[in-house]
Amino acid sequence: MRRVLAGLVAGVAVLAAGGFALTAPPAPDPALVLPQGDAAAGALVFAAAGCAACHSAPGSDAAEPPVLAGGTAFATAFGTFYAPNISTHPDAGIGGWTGAEVLHAIRAGVSPGRSYYYPVFPSHAYALMTDGDAADLLAYLRTLPADATPSRPHDVSFPFSIRRSLAVWRWLNGPPRWTGPDGPGPEVLRGRYLAEALGHCAECHTPRGALGHLDRDRWMAGAPAPSGDGRVPNLTPAALAWSQEEVTRYLESGFTPEFDVAGGEMVAVIANLAKLPEADRAALAAYLAALPPVKSD
Amino acid sequence: MSRPLLTAAVVTGLIATAAIAGSHAETNPTVKARQSHMQLNSFNLGKLGAMAQGEAEYDAEIAAAAAANLAALAALDQTAYWEPGTDAGTIEGTRALAVIWENPEGFAKLQADLAAATAAMAAVAGDGLEAVQGQMGAVGGVCGACHREFRVRQ
Repeated sequence: MRRVLAGLVAGVAVLAAGGFALTAPPAPDPALVLPQGDAAAGALVFAAAGCAACHSAPGSDAAEPPVLAGGTAFATAFGTFYAPNISTHPDAGIGGWTGAEVLHAIRAGVSPGRSYYYPVFPSHAYALMTDGDAADLLAYLRTLPADATPSRPHDVSFPFSIRRSLAVWRWLNGPPRWTGPDGPGPEVLRGRYLAEALGHCAECHTPRGALGHLDRDRWMAGAPAPSGDGRVPNLTPAALAWSQEEVTRYLESGFTPEFDVAGGEMVAVIANLAKLPEADRAALAAYLAALPPVKSD
Repeated sequence: MSRPLLTAAVVTGLIATAAIAGSHAETNPTVKARQSHMQLNSFNLGKLGAMAQGEAEYDAEIAAAAAANLAALAALDQTAYWEPGTDAGTIEGTRALAVIWENPEGFAKLQADLAAATAAMAAVAGDGLEAVQGQMGAVGGVCGACHREFRVRQ
């Protein structure tokens, strides 16, 4: 009996050690050498990635320059998350982090203290960001004002409160990867980069499974609004009847072809997209038109 | 069940379904009033927008009339449209969020902003295409600010 017990204890210990090793967040790649970043170009990456919409203090996402004090609340089925301070403040923000730490946080979703961020932060999208854009974004972030507001801890229930449980979510969601088509033509490819790597459109426009992973078989086919009211529209050609020109215009002005005006989260998204070159909005429209049609539920 | 009886049952069922569907389609009059108001807004905004976006040729008279309509609409007293208990959480057929009644000051502020933006548009809409294009963003911005906070997603 004692031997069985000892074996059992040893077995559990091995499993726990294995689980601990398997769920360990990765370290930054020491071999990564980034090109010199350009802050002006980084401002456009910042806009395309929609950083200010979440990381500005509530209700101040239109401020210029953006003050990334954090504090906006995201109520979800797993708990309430609060966007952290990512201003250049050395203690409250990310001013004290190395460039490699900032980019590992953005693209791998791992903090300098080596713990996973909750996927309310779309690092699985940002993982697809090019080194050039990442370097530019970093250069831009370094120019922004410091704010001393401390980040508010998330209010998340067990077992989601254990950050290592996020390894399971990561496994379910799969590795960062492209989902929409890579053509025809470079315009669709650029649109895919803007939509899937920077814009993280799918976070709201794609439905999720029970544990919050994206249902890639129904990519961009619409989903219940994360805010709890209404639905986020299906953007695949099965539902979106607007011409590419109409989509391009909407992404700049917020005016639909019927001259309704965008609301909800799209107000901030459109304010950001309006800062990009016209060709980028047209690329997004081309990407949407090239998506496989998926009927709404 | 015999065939006539079955037919009668099916027909009765259909009538009942139609009656239920009909009662749902019957929109609350206050909801109908504000949706009609929004319809007039988008119709007039569409006249200006088509010119601003180069879809239609600029016509000073049409532009001035559309802008005057928008300003007149925004100046209407709408108190009776926004009757408490007519939000999307309480009744069907509306996208008005309950926060309209929870944050009346914020809602009133945006109504005043719209009155100001449309009055500014009306003051210049007859002066040329560039004047219309210059004011479109301000008008659309107020529309969006209100839809952002006070309207159900879709």
